[in-house]
Amino acid sequence: MTKPEKLMIDGKRLDGRGPNELRPIKFKAGVLKRADGSCYLEFGGNKVMAAVYGPREVHPRHLQNASRAIVRYRYNMAAFSVEERKRPGPDRRSIEISKVSREALESVVLEELYPRSAVDIFVEILQADAGTRVAGINAASVALADAGIPMRCLVSACSVGKIDGEVVLDLNKDEDNYGQADLPVAVNQFGEVTLCQMDGHLTEEEFGKALDMAVDGCKKLHEMQKQALVEKYGTMVAQPAEEEAKANGGVANE
Amino acid sequence: MEREIVVPGDMLGEDPKLAGIGTYVQDGRVYSANYGLVDRRTNIKVIPLSGRYIPARGDLVIGKIVDMTFSNWFADINSPYEGMLHISEFPERVDPANMGKYLHIGELIIARVEDVDPTMKVELTMRDEHLRILKQGRVIDISHVKIPRVIGRNGSMISMLKKDLNVSIFVGQNGRIWMKGDDKYVDLAIRTVFKIEREAHTSGLTDKIKEYISTELEQLRNTT
Repeated sequence: MTKPEKLMIDGKRLDGRGPNELRPIKFKAGVLKRADGSCYLEFGGNKVMAAVYGPREVHPRHLQNASRAIVRYRYNMAAFSVEERKRPGPDRRSIEISKVSREALESVVLEELYPRSAVDIFVEILQADAGTRVAGINAASVALADAGIPMRCLVSACSVGKIDGEVVLDLNKDEDNYGQADLPVAVNQFGEVTLCQMDGHLTEEEFGKALDMAVDGCKKLHEMQKQALVEKYGTMVAQPAEEEAKANGGVANE
Repeated sequence: MEREIVVPGDMLGEDPKLAGIGTYVQDGRVYSANYGLVDRRTNIKVIPLSGRYIPARGDLVIGKIVDMTFSNWFADINSPYEGMLHISEFPERVDPANMGKYLHIGELIIARVEDVDPTMKVELTMRDEHLRILKQGRVIDISHVKIPRVIGRNGSMISMLKKDLNVSIFVGQNGRIWMKGDDKYVDLAIRTVFKIEREAHTSGLTDKIKEYISTELEQLRNTT
């Protein structure tokens, strides 16, 4: 697509959204059988799969920490995720995204519970449409919870940007390419910002406004994340027999 | 009875004294640290719906010997941490120069977790009744959070399985289950356990499983 003349017409964006609207979002928790936890996410045009393994033994050994678990995050774009074939494998961009995304999630994982172990998070971008790193963080956060990893809370992320001089929530591909700024933000439920990057220019005033919008967007995402986890088991949850069973342990055996 | 599903970060109460397992306290409030079901009967705890087995003192587990060093065996106990079995914890006197004679790599054992220290060094013992080497039978792995359902309230599920199928079963806390008996019945028992694992979160499970076993047994009889 060539640069459109205007990205905002009469307060509406090219895809018909208002300035404060997110794209359509669909979470699905627990989609992979072999992973400890997983999540598939459609975030506008983005299609993202996240898988979590662990806590498990650390390999290579020298990475292990005697007092806490380590968190590893791999962000990867599929070769077919963008229009022009992406050369497979890690590149400078995805290594950076892996690092910042890991830091965005690390702060909520209760790492001290599992010394000498690793929690591995894999995020595959199957289809990219601007804002893949925030989509990845949202999916990874749900996958972590699904894997039963103890956490302080979930992390939600979304981006804000500036197009045609106006601050808008959740940029799509064209707005990202031809807009003036892009600001991906991750926030946990306590309002702590765990990711904040910026590309382009915003005035101080715009930045403040943008951050507020992003925090609001993250709140909406947080609700959807919770919803996805609750839906995985539906409403038919029975009373587990763990007390009785615990007391029995091996006695019930043989 | 239905239970409430919570996700990490859900506020569960205002009294820090009630914080139990699967929760944490921040600013005088109790929050869930896990994705699971809340139990408010005595204190507030969250029973996880998934997760790896983490050894705790007193657990009976099924381990597989993976390594041997001078005076210690190491067992994989289906957990991020390996279990260590010292020769003094073996039921008989062991000649340290010839440890392979007693227990070799690849063998399965029933052991008890004697101690877990803060660095997660796991010490196992085999010096007790029922703790032994598994020479026969089959072992399957399921998720350890589903183990309580396999055992059932007061062991109702497991005793039903044993009685109806005439199979000896040992359930390890680490999600491993050993079974011995007639092949056809062990096959059925394994299928049943996997069914329990899949449907662990539904109610009225024992009745459902009872029905499943009886129809399957019927089929077995008809085919032979």
